[in-house]
Order: sequence, then C-alpha cells, then structure tokens
Amino acid sequence: MRFSALSIILNGLSGNTNWSAHWRRPEPKPDYDVVIVGGGGHGLATAYYLAKIYGVQNIAVLEKAYVGSGNVGRNTTIIRSNYMLSENNPFYELSMKLWEGLEQDFNFNAMVSQRGVLNLFHSDAQRDSYTRRGNAMRLHGVDADLLDRRAVQSLYPFLDFANARFPIQGGLLQRRGGTVRHDAVAWGYARGANGYSVDIIQNCEVTSIRTSNGKAIGVETTRGYIGCGKLALAAAGNSSRVAAMAGLKLPLESHVLQAFVSEGLKPFINGVVTFGAGHFYVSQSDKGGLVFGGDLDGYNSYAQRGNLATVEHVAEAGKAMIPALSRLRVLRSWGGIMDMSMDGSPIIDRGHLDNLYLNAGWCYGGFKATPASGYCFAHLIAKNEPHETARAFRLDRFRRGYIIDEKGQGAQPNLH
Amino acid sequence: MKPYRLAKGGLIDRKQPLSFTFDGKPMKGFSGDTLASALLANGQQFVGRSFKYHRPRGILTAGAAEPNALVTVGQGGRSEPNTRATMQELYEGLEAISQNRWPSLAYDVGAVDGLLSPFLSAGFYYKTFMWPAAFWERVYEPIIRKAAGLGKASYETDPDLYEKCWAHCDLLVIGAGITGLIAALSAGRAGKRVVLIDENAALGAYLLSESSRIDGQPAATFAGTLVAELEDLPNVDLKRATTGFGWYDGNVFGAVERTAGHVAASSGPTLVGRLWRIAAKKAILATGAEERPLVFGGNDIPGVTMAGAMRSYLNRFAVAPGARTAVFTTNDSGYALAADLEAAGVDVAAVIDSRVDASVVYGGKARLVRGGYISDAHGGKAVRRVDLWREGRIERLDVDSVAMSGGFSPVIHLACHRGGRPRWSDAHAAFLAPNGLTDLVLAGSAAGISGLAACAASGLAQAAAALADLGVTTPPMAVPKVEHEYSPQPTKPLWSIPGVKTKAFVDFQNDVHRQDLGLAVREGYEHVELAKRYTTNGMATDQGKLSNVNAIGLIAEARGVSPADVGTTTFRPFYTPVSFGALAGTSHGAQFQPVRKSPLHDWAAKNGAAFVETGLWYRSSWFSRPAEKGWRESVDREVLNVRANAGICDVSMLGKIEIRGVDAAEFLNRVYANAFLKLPVGKARYGLMLREDGFVYDDGTTSRLAEDRYFMTTTTAYAAGVLTHLEFCAQTLWPELDVRLASVTDQWAQMAVAGPKSRAVLQHIVDADLDNLAFPFLAAQDVSLFDGKLKGLLFRISFSGELAYELAVPAGFGESVADAVMEVGKVHGIQPYGVEALNVLRIEKGHVTHNEIDGTTVPADLGLAKMVSSGKRDFIGKHMLSREGLSDRGRPQLVGVVPIDPASSFRSGAHILEKSAAPTLENDQGYITSSCYSPHVGSVIGLALVKRGAARHGEEVTVWNGLRSELTPARLVDPVFIDPVHEKLHA
Amino acid sequence: MASLIPCPHCGSRPKEEFVVKGAAIPRPAPDAGADAWFGYVYLRDNPRGPYDEFWHHTSGCRRWLIVTRDTVTHDIYASRDAAKIGEATP
Repeated sequence: MRFSALSIILNGLSGNTNWSAHWRRPEPKPDYDVVIVGGGGHGLATAYYLAKIYGVQNIAVLEKAYVGSGNVGRNTTIIRSNYMLSENNPFYELSMKLWEGLEQDFNFNAMVSQRGVLNLFHSDAQRDSYTRRGNAMRLHGVDADLLDRRAVQSLYPFLDFANARFPIQGGLLQRRGGTVRHDAVAWGYARGANGYSVDIIQNCEVTSIRTSNGKAIGVETTRGYIGCGKLALAAAGNSSRVAAMAGLKLPLESHVLQAFVSEGLKPFINGVVTFGAGHFYVSQSDKGGLVFGGDLDGYNSYAQRGNLATVEHVAEAGKAMIPALSRLRVLRSWGGIMDMSMDGSPIIDRGHLDNLYLNAGWCYGGFKATPASGYCFAHLIAKNEPHETARAFRLDRFRRGYIIDEKGQGAQPNLH
Repeated sequence: MKPYRLAKGGLIDRKQPLSFTFDGKPMKGFSGDTLASALLANGQQFVGRSFKYHRPRGILTAGAAEPNALVTVGQGGRSEPNTRATMQELYEGLEAISQNRWPSLAYDVGAVDGLLSPFLSAGFYYKTFMWPAAFWERVYEPIIRKAAGLGKASYETDPDLYEKCWAHCDLLVIGAGITGLIAALSAGRAGKRVVLIDENAALGAYLLSESSRIDGQPAATFAGTLVAELEDLPNVDLKRATTGFGWYDGNVFGAVERTAGHVAASSGPTLVGRLWRIAAKKAILATGAEERPLVFGGNDIPGVTMAGAMRSYLNRFAVAPGARTAVFTTNDSGYALAADLEAAGVDVAAVIDSRVDASVVYGGKARLVRGGYISDAHGGKAVRRVDLWREGRIERLDVDSVAMSGGFSPVIHLACHRGGRPRWSDAHAAFLAPNGLTDLVLAGSAAGISGLAACAASGLAQAAAALADLGVTTPPMAVPKVEHEYSPQPTKPLWSIPGVKTKAFVDFQNDVHRQDLGLAVREGYEHVELAKRYTTNGMATDQGKLSNVNAIGLIAEARGVSPADVGTTTFRPFYTPVSFGALAGTSHGAQFQPVRKSPLHDWAAKNGAAFVETGLWYRSSWFSRPAEKGWRESVDREVLNVRANAGICDVSMLGKIEIRGVDAAEFLNRVYANAFLKLPVGKARYGLMLREDGFVYDDGTTSRLAEDRYFMTTTTAYAAGVLTHLEFCAQTLWPELDVRLASVTDQWAQMAVAGPKSRAVLQHIVDADLDNLAFPFLAAQDVSLFDGKLKGLLFRISFSGELAYELAVPAGFGESVADAVMEVGKVHGIQPYGVEALNVLRIEKGHVTHNEIDGTTVPADLGLAKMVSSGKRDFIGKHMLSREGLSDRGRPQLVGVVPIDPASSFRSGAHILEKSAAPTLENDQGYITSSCYSPHVGSVIGLALVKRGAARHGEEVTVWNGLRSELTPARLVDPVFIDPVHEKLHA
Repeated sequence: MASLIPCPHCGSRPKEEFVVKGAAIPRPAPDAGADAWFGYVYLRDNPRGPYDEFWHHTSGCRRWLIVTRDTVTHDIYASRDAAKIGEATP
C-alpha cells in the first residue's frame, strides 16, 4: 500500500484496521540468487537497490534478530558528509544526496532533517585542520562554512562562552548535515525491498558458510540451510565472526559505543553540535529528547552495553560545552557494536571467494553511510566491480599501503 | 468532588504548614508532603497534558513511575523541567509550573490533536508529511517539534555543586521497604559493611502507606524502629534519597544521592547531588513491585489512580481521592484500599473484581462485583462516571475517582542491566529477574513474593545466603508478625478488557493506546522491540515502568502467544533519569580538565606573556610590550630579535624521558628509524620515531649523557604517548634488553636560548667553556652553573636554525635561572619569546611539527627519507614501510610556499591547485600545513604537503581557500627559507 | 568492564588506572616475511569470548600486562606481565 495523504484519511476513517504489513514474513526458500547476511540498514538498503536499480529478483536478507536490531537503531541519528580525504568525501556526499531524496524514493517518512552539523574548534591547530577539511569539502561541491566565535555564539548562545577551560574559537558548519529518524531508515528500506519481492527473513542467524571450489554455495542458519548464488556480508559488529565462517580474517575489531537520550524537552538545540575539547555530540529529536554520545568505551566488546566511567566522561564534556544541561536528566543509555577498522574507513569489496562480497568496517560512519553503502554494495554485487565512489574501500589497501586514515591514528581501531 | 485533606491521620507534620504555588496559584501543604500529595490535598488532580493528544492528565502514581504529573520546579539556573511531582518533597516557597500546554493547562490549543486522533495512529509520522518534499523541514517538522517535548529547559547556568564518590561494601541493599530493612539489619547485626540505599528521603517504602500492623505496631512505626537500629550500627551506611540507577560490570552500582531537598533561590552554590559508584561484594535488590494499570477506556482521565497510590495518599498523606470511588482490581490488594477508604469516610461505589472466583473476604460496606470490569471511564478534566461491564451489560456508576490494580510487576530493572533477559512466570503473572545472576539476588516483592511477612522472610533468607557466601553466619532473627493484611496474591493477568469503547491507554505519557499496539502487530512490527519503536510505547520518561508489561500482554494476545514468547524490551540504565550535573560532578566550566603549568609559568607571566591552552598546558604565546598594537607586532619583534640577538623561550612542556641501561643504545636503535647505536657520549641526535605501520609517529632529540644514560625529548602533545610506546617496546617486544625508562618532564625546567648572542649569554652562567670547539653543534652534557652552585643539562640544539641551546635545570630552580639568563642577557639584547615566535622560526627553517607529522606521512613525504636506516635489520615500522602505497609517486611531499605578491597572504588549511586550475577535488594538489608571516622573508610563508612536491620547486600554483573566498597566486619553493646551508647552527 | 583489574605486580586495582591497547599478539621475527608482518599489524581474530589483550597499568606500576578477558561478559580470567608473552597462558 502506497502511503499518501488520501491513504491516511481513508484508513483513519475506517479505524486504521486496513493497513497491511510493511513486509512479509516469508519462510526461507531453498536458495536465492543473492543472500545478504544482516538485516540492518546496510543490508536492507543493499537489497533495496539491488532489486530496484539492478533488477535482481531473487534476494534474501537474513537477520538474526529483527529488522534493524543492530546499529541502525542504536546510533545518534546524525548524517553529514564533512569528510576530509578524497577517498571518503565523495562517497559520503553521495550518501547525503541519497538522503535528500530518500523519502520520496522509498515512500516512507524517515524524517530527514538537514538542521546543520557544527564542529566546534578551540585552538588554532583545530581551526587549521577544519579549514583543510572544509576546503576539501568545498572542492567537491559539498557545503561548508567556517564560523568564527561570534557566528557560533549567534547560532548557539548557550554554549559555554563565559567560563570554558578550552574557549570556543569557532566552528565548521555543514548546513546540509542533520539528523534522520534512525529506525525509520531500516523500516523504509525493508518496506521498499519487500515491495520488490525481497524476502526479509528475521530470527534467522547464520551459523556457518558452506563453500565449494572457491565459492560460497550457501549458509546454514537457525532456520535451515539456504543456498546462494552470491553471498553478501553486511554484519557490522559481527563481521569478523561471519567472515571467519568463510575462513577470512579481517582487519577489524568490535567495540562498544554508547549513546544516550535525555528526557523530552521543548525545542532546546536546533542542529547537531560536536565538542572539540572532549568527546560529545548532541542533537534533539523531533520527539524532544536530546540525543548524544561520546567516545568508544575502548576495549573489544560484543556486549551492547557500556561502562559508567564513559557515561561520566560524556556528561562532563556535555556540561562543559553546554552548562545549561546540568539540571536536565539523562533518560537512557545503550550500546552498539562498532566494526572498527584499522584505518577508520570502511571496506566494500569482494572477498577471497569468487562470489563473496564484504561490507564492513564502518566505525562511527555507518549510519550516515547507509544509503551510499547499500547503493555501492549493490553495484558491486550486481556488476562485480566497485562503484566509482567506493573504489578506494578495498580490502587489500592495508596490505598495499593505501591507507584511508582521516584521523592519522594508525592501525589501532580504538583510536579512530 | 475533588480530592481533599482528611482532618486527621497520615505521617505529615500538621504543625509545619508550607506554602507553594502551582501555575502561580497559591496553595498550602505540610512538611512530609510530596508535591503530588499537596496538590491533591488542594483539590488539584488535573496537573498536566499528554504528549501527543494533549489530553488532561492527573496524578496516577505515588512514586518513581509517574508518567503524568511532570512539572517544572525552581527558577533560573535551578529550574528543573520534567520533575515528577510524586517524588518531589514539598518545601516552603516551591513554585511548580505545569508543562506541555499553551496558553494554559485548562485551555490548551494542542488539545485539537485529540480531534485529529483518527489520523494520528501509531506510526502515522512515517506515512505522511512527505508532500511536497520541501515542506518537512520548513513546515511540518517545526510544528511537530513545538508540539512535542515536555518541559522547557532553562539556558541559564546551574549555580549548584555536585560531587562523586566511591563506596565499597560487603552487602549493598537497594530499597528500604520491609524486605530491604530486614535484610540490611540482619547483615548489619552480623557486623558486615552494609550500604542501604533508597530513592525516597523517608525510609520504609510502602510500610509508610500500610494500614496493617506489624509486631503489634503500626507499619510505619515498625519501619521507624528498624531504621533507628540501623542508624545506630556503625558498619551500616544508610543513604536516603539515593537512587540506584544502574548495575555495571564488576558488581558496581551507579547511584545518585540528592543531597539537598531544595535550595532557596537566594542561596549560594549548594551541594545538590552526589554520584556514587558502589562496589559491592554482594547485593540484594529489594526494590519492590510496580502496580500495573488496567487498560480500559478513559483510564487516563484525572481522578483515575493506581490503587496502591490512592492508598498511599490516603494513609500516608491523609488525602482522600474524592467522595465516591470505584475500585477496579484483578487481585486482593484492591480490597485493602477499599477498607481504608471506607475507614476514612470515603464512599466506595463498588469493588469491581475481574475474577469471577475471587475468594477474598471483605468486611466493609462496599458493593462487591465479581467477574466485572470497568470498560470506560468518562469525564473531561475529571472523571465523572464509569461504565461497569458485566457479561455484556453496562451499568453506569457515578463516581469522582477510580482506583485500578492490574497486578504487580517486580522491579527487576537493575538485574537486567548486564545483558540477562527477564523470564515470564505464569505463576507470578509477571516477568522475573534473569537466571544466572552473580553476586546479585532479588528479595521480597522484587522477587515476586507477596505479603509483608513473606517479604521479610525473603529479606532475611537472602541476607543470610549472601553473607554465607562471604563466610559469615547471620545471627537468628524472628520474622515479624503481620496483622490485617490483604496480600496481593498473583492472579490471572488482565490485558484486553471487554466492552471498551474509547481510547484505552497503555503508555500514558506517550499516548499509546490499545489499538496502536494492534496496528503495529498488523503492520509487521510484532517484535516487542519493533512495536516499542513504532508506537513509542515505553519510550517516555518512565521508560515503560507502567506500560511495558501491559503492552507485552496485549501484543501476546494479538499474536496469540504467551508473554513469554513476546519477551521484554531491554532494560537499560537509567532506572530513573539522572541529571547531567550529577554525572559530570566537578568536571565542567574552567574545571573541566586539570591545568598543567610549566615551572617557568610565573616567570613568563611576570614578563608579560599571553597564554594559550595547549593540551592541558598553558604555554606562553607571546610577550607584548606597552607600545605594541597587536600580537603580530610582538611576534615579529621576538622573531627578529632571536635572529639578531638572542631570545629565551620556555620549552619545559616538551616531553622528557630518561633512559638508562646497558642496552639503552640498542633499544633506541630499534625504536628510532635512524641509527642510534653509535651516538657518542656527550652528543644529541635528532630522532625519527615510526609506528609499526610505517608512518611517522613523533620526533625529537635524544642525547647520550653517559654510556648507559640517555635523555629523550618528545613533542609536547605526544609526551605521554611516546613513553607508553617505549614501555611497550621495552617490556613486551624486547624484555631481554636491559633498559629502564622514566618520565622526567616535570623534573626539569627547560629553556631554549637562541640567537647569535646566545653563547655569550649562557657563558655568563655556565661554568664550562662554550666555545664552538669545546661545545659544538649537537653537544649535550651535564653542566654546572653559577660557579658550581647548580647542576643542569645543556644541549646545543636548535629549532630556530640559529646558534641555540636548550638549558634544563631542576624545576624548582627554573624561575630563578630564567631570571638570571634575562639579567645576564640584558647587555646582549635578550628578550623572551613565545610559541608563536617559536613557530615562525621553525617554519622559516622548514622544521616539521605535528602539523606535518599528522599520522599519515612517511619519512619520505617529509624529506626525511635519508634518515631511515637501510642497514638496520629491524626497527619499529621497518617492515610496513616497504609497502607500495607508502612510496607511491602520487604521495604528498613537504614543500615551502610563498605568495607571488609579498603583500598577499594565505592561511593554513588552504588547498593548493595547479595554477589557474578549477577548484575541484580532482585538481587538489595538497594543502598548507603551517603558515605564518615571516619577518625574515618579508611575506607570509607556508609549509605544504603537495603531490610530488619535492620535484616541483619553482612551480606557480594557486592557493585556494574557498571557505574565505581567498585565491592566492603562489610559488612552491624549498621548505628551508633561512640559512639553507646551516651555517648559523654551527657558528 | 570489570571494575577491578588484577595486576600481577600491584594486586587488584581500579580499571581507571589501566589503558587497553588491543590484541596481545607476539611481534614477528624481523625476517618473518610480508604475510606475517601484515597479519601482525592489521589482522585481528576479534573473537566473541575470551581474548588476550595488552593492557598498560598506566597509573600504577606502568607495566604492560596480558589480560585474558571475555568480550561478551567482560569478565577477566587472568592477567600476567606482558614480558611473558612467549609463554603459554597459565
């Protein structure tokens, strides 16, 4: 059923009893042309574009829990394309362009809201670094503005301009950055993919991968064996485990990243603001909660929960940035498992088997990348060659030395 | 009739009346009231508006789960939105403001949403507001945002104080009801270290609301007796108004203590919150149970209250709900309320029990209806009547208040915070804590146990078990005797109520009603987590304390399965919301991070330094003189003076590491990319340190002061990181090497003395001969100063390119030595210079810093390829350095940049394009890493990383700064702008 | 994370005194070859379960330790000085 003003009215008048399921609950078929492991944002987007753009008909998305149960529903909902390196910037900008047309495309309101992303800087060195980044963005036609202290103050007068340990000097603003209702992205892609007859199979955990003659021929799952023509992995924090089933060791570590929401408030902060003197970023949801986060807890983890010390650090940075947060209350904290790569950039590439495809290493960038990740991964699966904006995200770049390291931290994932 | 205060009874102190206001209206209460009880006593049942439909809402509970009665309390920086009136103790002068209504609580424009409700079903946002595309951000979203949210936050700074503490104990007991009090007392009598916390200021929990008698005393008196004994035990720590909000790894509990009930507006900064991390060997959750609402139509109308809450208001606060009440229950607890109501003179219209076969014996006058339901309540801003539904027939009952009890859900939140899943128990008609908990047990009604005596017995048993694990036997203690109790035995839960015609709410605050959940299931969101996210059920400020189990039951019914098959959503911290202030403690504002000051800080300050934050340090950036108009003028003077005479600069914040051991030379040879094995005693060498992935990590000089003793300097930013790295290398990679490391950064005050006259200056205070032959470039030695009065270290190294030294003296002598250098240098024209001038001097000399060593450059990129030893078999970074990508010919290389027109300028961060090339990513050649005005060159100069830059000296390029609309024609040049043959260094 | 980490030199200490680096993998011999070096620097087992990691007792004895820790429960099973990396797990 297509959503329209008319469908809302007609259904409202008939007691909302005629809405149909947004996706079917199919039994797994014996085999599919493409099996995508992971029913999160990336896996579902991949299925959607694979069916819609490349006309692949016989696709299954296997999800071990429920649609969107991983990081797509655990992030701080920020979208931006303010990347510095030429390998990243065009890719994230493609994603931004897809975000801008997404809701019309998949006929689902994901509340894409381009409220602006402001990165504060507190020193000359940070200003120079943001100048470099902002100019790199502009070179690719991405909007970027360098604000001085006064301009930041006029946008956000309630930041700590009076008593800060690290006074705010200015900020880099991407006006087209913003937020998206995260769950709705998974649902919109799931509903869209379902519309192209993709089988979204929930409660279906892959337990092993069957290979033969250098090819993946199928997967054992908690719902039985499923054969595949091509096997695509989009398992985020569980990528290492799934790849290991195919005998592949990845340059990844899984780390827990916490996120938080406050009690609901009347409009308090308009856009997204990130602190430059500590780990803190915040925006406000349409519902009124302040959605915020900080740094990784630091150690490898598959547990979707974090540590109190990190919670405290985030709150400290938050109050240092916005003193008025002090009396506001944090409602809930949760954790997601990040697939942290060794250079902080993702991998979209073919694996060591002929028909195995990898989509992993998203670090903090996974949510904002969702549309482009699905789009480029679908291209790779369909055509066996990388999409032009994702060409650099090769698996062999580590071995060959073509590192994509925005932060310059080197081969230690918890520093990215 | 409205609620009213009874003439007598309750635990309030009628001798202490308190005045307060609600929406500006003056009201009276008593000490011992909560804001909620005081509002009710003043007849104010209607206190807020709901989130989506802006429906009038009343006080539903008497505790932490309150979803409706949220108000803003306090003024200015002390204003707290979303304060639960049920948890706020009343104080003199309290000003409470209702929320989520405009222009007033009684007349709220947002209430029009209620009329649109047929079109505002669960998930409606996702289906609409998409046409036209541009309207979402400009029209729809601003309206939604304004209508959504709850309280309005102040932008003012909180004047009050917070702190953080650790506590350690043998047994932590959370919850001071009968279970927790008995458990704590039992363990306390056994002499163990016990911490007992409770979220309320008054200990006793529901004992304070009970009309039963225990051990022959009123329940509240009994609680007081236990508390008094606990207070007398030195090994027991009672923390009132302290909420345990989370259970973390290692059996650490997070708790927040509200240390001040309220702070008068006129008070100065007051400690209001204390964050506790309680590390407990064993813990008992005695957190009680939450009463479940019943999902009938209009169950949200003001005047409909949880039965237990109504009983609390009646017995503890002496507030009657009205003149005529209907009690709707699925269990025996409703009868206890009815009896108490009748005793207080309130007419109970009926006790409506959903059970046909209820066997409870009720001694009161009220009519008993078995097998009946309230299908709908009616009224606008107050309930007026209910529909009593029995076997398809509806009977109308005129009432002014309704109590409901849908059974009890154990409060198991904390037990689920570490990943365990709750399990449904049909026997308890509730979710119980996960199996397999370690060092944490649940007791009393939190464990699904009913009845005060049984809870007490459970507290005793669990305390004994916990202490037994610690090897201690608890002394025997009798289980108290309880009289006149209606025990709420678990009964068959009631999810869907027959005959409902109007909206029946599940999540009150978020306005999720029964049909929303059915719709979610129909639309494919049948998983409990999806249903939650789609409908927002359980996402309100109460985190589903009242709503989740009902939602699960309704979803189970819609799916035709057991609640066990539906399961719960994930319980996560915080049990109740915790303020940023409490979590941040003292780390905010100017105290956000500690301050590091150099031993020469005061010296710099008295010489007129302006300071700049550099990491945790404050560094002197320049030293202005009275006539100077701006910082540039000062910096230019300082630079020129170094080049012409001499300058002194504080470099104490550079990292300093002392390295000793027989194998120190071998060790350095392995951690540096260049050779260090043959560095002679008395000499310094510039060292380049790589990461194992081949990229440059840090640079600095290392001096050999004795055969087995070295002194390493690092950059300021990487001081800690380099030491940690060296320790890693020494301890894990090559433990066989005899090498010891110590940070001596804080032990030495270090000053650079640079300029052609620096030798003459230092010779005044250094005892040794500083002649160029005696102390040549890169000499590094222990020296004596002031005729042997002081020992120091002297290095002939230069960041500026001038004849220069760095002198290190014990930190405590720093300021006097710097004073002496200034004094003896006066005749040579010495002046202090700061990091700005230091930066200009090093850019002029083409020296790199972390602007260039940015973690993505290899030695060759920086023109340092020749430093990398080809002869060494191994060093950190060697094995990855040979990868093709690290020697790709497209890699950036360090160059100098000057503007064609010396009057024009550019800035760091600007990008470099081929001359006249279009500004596109494809045309990007690199960027300016460092720039400054060079008084020596007479223009702005820069260092840059440019593709194949080393081969492009002389090429005209465009420096492009699109952010500032600056376009500067420039030329790539050698990065060394001054003294390219290094004569000055060796002078 | 456990609130306390057992340090073989200092006893049980608050985790705030420690900093984690990552997988405790022995450094290959200089001539081990490109595959071994690539694996050492870039590839990780990243298991779900027990894992040997390098932790540094930064605010304590400043020794590097190998801590055996579970990546799901966060329980710590053992710790030893990292100089013993060549020896089998006790």
